[in-house]
Amino acid sequence: MTTAADIAGSVRSGQCSAVDVATAHLDRIDQLDRSLHCFLSVDRSGALGEAELVDRAVAAGRDPGPLAGVPVALKDNLCTRGTPTTCASRILDGWVPPYDATVVELLRRAGAVVVGKTNMDEFAMGSSTEHSAFGPTCNPHDPSRVPGGSSGGSAAAVASGMAALALGSDTGGSIRQPAALCGVVGLKPTYGMVSRYGLVAFASSLDQIGPFATSVADAALMLEVIAGHDPRDSTSIPSSPAAVLARLSDGVQGVRVGVVDELVEGASAEVVSAVSSAAEALAKAGASVESTRIPACRLGLSAYYLLAPAEASSNLARYDGVRYGLRVDGPDVEAMNVATRTAGFGDEVKRRIMLGTFALSSGYYDAYYGQAQKARTVVLDAFAAAYERFDLLLGATAPTTAFPLGDRTADPMSMYLSDVFTIPSNLAGHPAVSVPWTTGGDGLPVAVQLLGPALAEPLVLRAASVVEASAPGVPPPCGDFLPSDGTRSALPRQAVGSGSDGLPREGPA
Amino acid sequence: MSDVTTGSEWEVVVGLEVHVELRTATKLFCSCPNSFGDVPNTNVCPVCLGLPGSLPVLNSRAVEMAATVGLALNARVQPSRFHRKNYFYPDMPKDYQISQYDLPICAAGWLDLPDGHRVGVERAHLEEDTGKSTHLGGGGRLHGSDGSLVDYNRAGVPLVEVVSAPDIRSAEQARSYVAELRSILVATGVSDGRMEEGSLRVDANVSVRRRGGTLGTRCEIKNLNSLRSLGRAIEHDAARQVAVVESGRQVSQETRHWNEEGGHTVPLRSKEEAFDYRYFPEPDLVPVEPPGELLDRLASEMPPLPAERRRRLIDLASEGRQPSRAAEDQVATVVDLGLDDLVLGAASRGASTRLALARAANEAATDPSAARGLSVESFAKLVSMEDSGRLSATQAKAVLARMLGEGGSPEQIAASLGYEALDPSQLSAAVETVLATNGAEWQRFVDGDEKVAGFFVGQVMRVTGGKADGRAVRQVLAQRRLDSLAP
Repeated sequence: MTTAADIAGSVRSGQCSAVDVATAHLDRIDQLDRSLHCFLSVDRSGALGEAELVDRAVAAGRDPGPLAGVPVALKDNLCTRGTPTTCASRILDGWVPPYDATVVELLRRAGAVVVGKTNMDEFAMGSSTEHSAFGPTCNPHDPSRVPGGSSGGSAAAVASGMAALALGSDTGGSIRQPAALCGVVGLKPTYGMVSRYGLVAFASSLDQIGPFATSVADAALMLEVIAGHDPRDSTSIPSSPAAVLARLSDGVQGVRVGVVDELVEGASAEVVSAVSSAAEALAKAGASVESTRIPACRLGLSAYYLLAPAEASSNLARYDGVRYGLRVDGPDVEAMNVATRTAGFGDEVKRRIMLGTFALSSGYYDAYYGQAQKARTVVLDAFAAAYERFDLLLGATAPTTAFPLGDRTADPMSMYLSDVFTIPSNLAGHPAVSVPWTTGGDGLPVAVQLLGPALAEPLVLRAASVVEASAPGVPPPCGDFLPSDGTRSALPRQAVGSGSDGLPREGPA
Repeated sequence: MSDVTTGSEWEVVVGLEVHVELRTATKLFCSCPNSFGDVPNTNVCPVCLGLPGSLPVLNSRAVEMAATVGLALNARVQPSRFHRKNYFYPDMPKDYQISQYDLPICAAGWLDLPDGHRVGVERAHLEEDTGKSTHLGGGGRLHGSDGSLVDYNRAGVPLVEVVSAPDIRSAEQARSYVAELRSILVATGVSDGRMEEGSLRVDANVSVRRRGGTLGTRCEIKNLNSLRSLGRAIEHDAARQVAVVESGRQVSQETRHWNEEGGHTVPLRSKEEAFDYRYFPEPDLVPVEPPGELLDRLASEMPPLPAERRRRLIDLASEGRQPSRAAEDQVATVVDLGLDDLVLGAASRGASTRLALARAANEAATDPSAARGLSVESFAKLVSMEDSGRLSATQAKAVLARMLGEGGSPEQIAASLGYEALDPSQLSAAVETVLATNGAEWQRFVDGDEKVAGFFVGQVMRVTGGKADGRAVRQVLAQRRLDSLAP
């Protein structure tokens, strides 16, 4: 398996060219994405142009940076100057940002090559990527299943080798849950660790950008590039982030790990068993592991489904047809607003705007929004108490493996429950990572989740490395839509010979 | 203007909300220029246009200015936070306004009017301005217009909203409150105070009650673009409310729009139609706590405020006597226009305070910005030249006008205008010429008719081309009469 670190190493040393790496990944996108639909847009010429700049820098003896020539996919809620940013919504039809998100600037400065923008649930509202206005993404391990969401396109793109790394955003689990369902590593950093400038807001107090990678080390590599204070984001943490990569293999000797009952409860048997096995692996590596309870975690889901929609109802007010994006005309400005928003937003987005508007309304504020804020404080306090006894917490990422497409779209509550284990970290603003453990009986990936207190990314990822090393692992997807040799290589010489036999031509339902 | 409720059993109760645009170099949450009158939609960026993904970053200078307003209004400057005020309007880029709600930066202050009446200031908070809409057709209002143009240059300009307590009891007091507040804002440098450019905007909450009774239902009046509109609107709406109550009906709580041309208010929206702003804490910003050292520095940098400056000038001009109403008015004008340093400077250089005050309040006040550019030395010299008789009052005014228009020293200007001082022999000759041709008037003067002196002064001015000094002419006339009466 070729990692992002390998690619950057080869490109920086001149062993292979960034243009060749980019071409191989773009060709792979051409071959696979008709079936998987990970991307909403692919900028071939832009990517090749960036790759060429990397090659020229290497030729001129300049270091293009730690992600030299690494093909990266971006969730389509990250602003990219000059290329569409849709949030998988019709409402942003035709809008092209005049600026790059801070993370995009940082990636480019580190030598990364942006291959395209990935599919997602509209405005990041969902857990399956089925709420995209442009059709769902398929899980590379089984195209009849969802990839999770809302960052499903990014997760599936990395899982299927179309990009070596990807960025997603995580408001209630939108990085970790699709990472779990697609068998890749997904990290939600501490709130404020990564600048949100240029991330189209869903719920500002919960949103955080983070990496998808095929290994913990690659996730750490990407985190080091995107983390850091940004004067354009007032909620960005002022201090410089601690180094992660340097101490990644320091192990967990003496680290106190709590296995949280509430973060396993109700999960399928194979998920429960994965968490126990991961706990054993950590114990074997020298951690002291014991089971614990944090009952406040149960408040998370209901608090989240008031707070996130409340903020969203305000964040999404600007899509009114006046300045950019879709406009459906009406006899007066109010009618135009209504017609535009009716046509431009999908059902899930409308549902949450209405929920959030209601939660903030005069006479209901205290009972809903106010009460949810109190619950959030209770969750935060409960974690603070837990972190007096433990350095890290362990639980499941998602209650089940990837579910069939269409299975939960008719029942919003069942969809919302997909995030029950991931939401508490967003409410607390703490870092958490999903690490693939193995494949379940149905051949689908099963993952575990490691959680830490604010700024504990170095320790969380060290433990994730231990889990990764002990895990039976998730083999690369080998569906019949993949090249016959099943390679996931990013390096051109290996990828070019893979051929396209066996690729189905029909798109997902 | 007399108040409708003066002398009646009715009392008007007014509270004012004054929106002040701060004179920061850049906007409240981005680095776009804060500048009035530029080509529309040129001072904009992703942040003030509210583009998806953009985030606000608070301008620290705006915080300092808001704190200065609080200190000048005797308010508590306190830890504060921002809220979002949600409502749809085409000139509001995000369809919410970042404002302050439960924790404003300034609270519980007061402002003393020149007449001594104290008006409470409940709060002063920071918020962002909206863009500016121009509605085509439909009487200039959004509803019923054919189309609208929006200029977002103003979007994100920092505002401080100063909310008074309902302590104002007349239209006159309301005007006085806004005028005094405006002077304070200009003096502290936080605002240019230009109501006509919208850098100071006033909403009035007006209710009426029987004297000493409980508060009545209030109406909020918008679109008050001048002190005159403010006074008229309060007068009008108080009278309307009194008529409503006296006819046995109830005043309904609503927002009303002042129609300047028609001289009346019209309903804009009722309480039932009022927006539910769904305030909630702004998650993109962190709480603001101006540190004690900052407040100490701002307090130490606080310039003398208008009340103190008026007192200083009055004390100087009245020389311990009870100041005349005219002198008080002159002082008020001079302080309001920021010309008091000119007058004080001239006085400290030995010029007559009374004369300096008169020239500043009457002539210099016609072009305040040019007057503020005058050198104290030149102004003092001019006043002294007039005081000593070197220039007549008419000549001094003409020289001052030239100083304001083109600049230059009073001596040079006087010379270039031909205001050579007449030497005593020239003056005597001119007086003799006039007396020779006006024998009857001269006899009346000799007989004690003092009013004729004015006639002679005028005649001497005419024959000398305005060069003579009136007081010198009177002195010569008096001497001549003494001489003629001498045995």
